[in-house]
Amino acid sequence: MIWDWDYTRDILPDLLRGLVVTVQATLVGSVVALLLGLVFALLRRSSLRAVRIVTGAFVEFIRSTPLLVQLYVLFFVLPTVGITLSGFQAGVIGLGVHYATYTSEVYRAGIEGVPRGQWEAATALNLPASRVWRSVILPQAIPRVLPALGNYVIAMFKETPLLSAITVLEMLAIAKGLGSQTFRYLEPLTLVGLLFLLVSLPASLTVRRLERRFGH
Amino acid sequence: MSAILDFLPLLLKGAWVTIQITAGAALLGLVCAFAGGLAAVSGSRISRAVAIVYVEFFRGTSALVQLFWLFFALPLIGIRFEPIAAGIVALGLNIGSYGSEVVRGAIKAIPKSQYEATVALNMTPYRRMRSVILPQAVVGMLPPFGNLLIELLKGTSLVSIISIADLTFNAQVLRSAALPTLTVFLVVLAMYFVMAYTLTLGMKLLERRAARSIGLGKLPYQPDAVKLAEPV
Repeated sequence: MIWDWDYTRDILPDLLRGLVVTVQATLVGSVVALLLGLVFALLRRSSLRAVRIVTGAFVEFIRSTPLLVQLYVLFFVLPTVGITLSGFQAGVIGLGVHYATYTSEVYRAGIEGVPRGQWEAATALNLPASRVWRSVILPQAIPRVLPALGNYVIAMFKETPLLSAITVLEMLAIAKGLGSQTFRYLEPLTLVGLLFLLVSLPASLTVRRLERRFGH
Repeated sequence: MSAILDFLPLLLKGAWVTIQITAGAALLGLVCAFAGGLAAVSGSRISRAVAIVYVEFFRGTSALVQLFWLFFALPLIGIRFEPIAAGIVALGLNIGSYGSEVVRGAIKAIPKSQYEATVALNMTPYRRMRSVILPQAVVGMLPPFGNLLIELLKGTSLVSIISIADLTFNAQVLRSAALPTLTVFLVVLAMYFVMAYTLTLGMKLLERRAARSIGLGKLPYQPDAVKLAEPV
């Protein structure tokens, strides 16, 4: 059994349609992860001990348990308590929350990297807390962690095939469907691998360039 | 409560499979990590190229795609894996590619003077790695290896998709058996958390021992001589 080029040509458009869903899930998931991660990072610095502890425990728990199980909880378990999500919604929420626990650590490192003098200067100028974060701390903290955040966006891209397990028709689900119709898995699955490489290699090169630009 | 006792044996059986796959893939991953990492810093251009292709290929594609490829695509060209073997091989190769970068980075981080000293002492390349570079580099590798181990443990849940009866798979089985789904999944998440936490504690212990073995750790007691030696 060798590679069938005609079959490859036939299935490529379907797989590219799957790639679009994969990219959409990555983008929406990234927005959730990038925003929620910042929220987690700020909550972990809250002046209330209880808030710090609860956020810390939640982040640790989510980060130590498999994304796949979390997706099952969102998609299969939540309906039993009256919350029904579509596969795509459950997928991007799961991806977003899971990776928010990673990005929150990145933000934390960035925030801690801002020199103490900046905090002191902001206090000396009597800036309100929201202004300190918005105009002094975050503009300095975030650029230097952009490469690390970019790496997690790429990691999320590579995790999207998990969404096939909760009925989202992304690239891998389509490849599997095509394979089960024709019993030829070699072409669709290899193409999926190549398409992943095609996106993730240039993406990691871009991140590496970012690293050089914002490098310490 | 009695419901929990009903489904617990099946979940524990699944957890045991999860542990076995984690252990097998960790072992394979460790071998791949050192092979890939050492090849990446070797003098031979060919082995460096092989290492780059291995690392970029496995880091650039999705673990689940790799698993599917081993399980569904390879049998068509005559290579057949048992499901568990496919799981261990795919996850091991995948985590090994990340591990290669860790090994490469840790070796590169050893000060150049250490290499120069081994050259001055006329050590063979093998002896240099074995007695000077690696013992120091391993200390730097352990913390990132710990993180990778947790990633691997979480990654083993993927094997449930190719019908291996691991913890995640058995949770799904119980879900279709109309048991209290929420409870089942909370127990499953808690089990993963306990396994991850145990691994984290174990790695911390290993890190401390490794650091002490090359004289970097805290001494169990502070000898008086050190205090006396300090300038007054």
